[in-house]
Amino acid sequence: MASLHGSTLEAIKHNHAQLLVQWVAALEANGATRNIKEQTLSQETRDFLQLLIDVLQADSGNDIVSSDWDEARRFLERLSASRAQLGHDSHQAAYFIFALKRPLFSLLQTHFSDDPARLAEQLWLISELLDTLGMHTIRTFQKTREAVIKRQQEELLELSTPVVKLWDGVLALPLIGTLDSQRSQTVMESLLQRIVDTGSEIAIIDITGVPTVDTLVAQHLLKTVTAIRLMGADCIISGVRPQIAQTIVHLGLDLGTLTTKANLADALKLALKRLGVNLGEQV
Amino acid sequence: MERIPILRMGEFLLVTIQVDMHDKLAMRLQDDLTDRISATSARGVLLDISALDMVDSFIGRMIADIASLSRLMDARVMVVGMQPAVAITLVELGLTLPGVSTALDVERGMQRLSQHVRRP
Repeated sequence: MASLHGSTLEAIKHNHAQLLVQWVAALEANGATRNIKEQTLSQETRDFLQLLIDVLQADSGNDIVSSDWDEARRFLERLSASRAQLGHDSHQAAYFIFALKRPLFSLLQTHFSDDPARLAEQLWLISELLDTLGMHTIRTFQKTREAVIKRQQEELLELSTPVVKLWDGVLALPLIGTLDSQRSQTVMESLLQRIVDTGSEIAIIDITGVPTVDTLVAQHLLKTVTAIRLMGADCIISGVRPQIAQTIVHLGLDLGTLTTKANLADALKLALKRLGVNLGEQV
Repeated sequence: MERIPILRMGEFLLVTIQVDMHDKLAMRLQDDLTDRISATSARGVLLDISALDMVDSFIGRMIADIASLSRLMDARVMVVGMQPAVAITLVELGLTLPGVSTALDVERGMQRLSQHVRRP
């Protein structure tokens, strides 16, 4: 691939300061500087332009996968990661590169005003180079975002299964959020494991925090209750809100084999009664 | 020849499965158990499967069969100590063992069984 003409590089080096000013101005005009300190931005633009000039000077071609571009690539990866953490979208992250186009183009236009053929060639090279760099930024930006989303999903899954001990022999599982297959599997496993570990005879599943109960959720609940029964413990479902009770009846779901209670207090009372615990007149 | 021991404890029989169940062993257990129930006129059978960490549909059906044939001979079956993984597998297989009583461990199972037998 043809490399940039020597005088292009000279022009860029010569007009270094002017380019930086125009670049920052373009970035600001496009809103790609949100939440970024002015000082940080000017540092970033200065560093990257210097890196770009260094690589171009080494005359290593436009293939940014080659090792000569290592530092520039790493710089962009760091940049897009920091943009992702600041909550920018992919457009704003990539615009860091694309905003450099206009200042560079106008610079070349004046520089090669007497040689249109060379101007076109150089513009094409610069444009292609900046596009690749921009695409690289977007790609790493997306990777960073995906990593963040994956981590959050895992954390959510862990958060969602706290099995608490209410009494000797009574466990409670407050469910919060929608139950999908994967979650209900995790929930079921951790509850069953805790039953074995603690030797609890009664488990209360509280569904106050479950927004809706559809056929799938009901099926998951039934499965969990059956598994608990197979292990030799009893299960009480509590927190059946009026709307949920209505939905269940309207859907025609048969929860006949389940013991259900309107709230956790009632369920605990029933559990204590079954265990033969006497708390006096209050209970 | 490998077989699963059936111990007599008063009016109950205690079967503890300690080895990997395979189909032949399961069939022999069924035969032995029915013989023992009729010989000792036992009132209850405790089936301890706490050491069983894997089941297939055949073993699942065997447990259900043992329960119904014991009931026919007037002995209640109490399955004790089922592992979480086994319970989940049985539910996913659709073998919910209706009519089989369960308990967390042998001690509680024995307690429940004697309650049932006293108050039929």
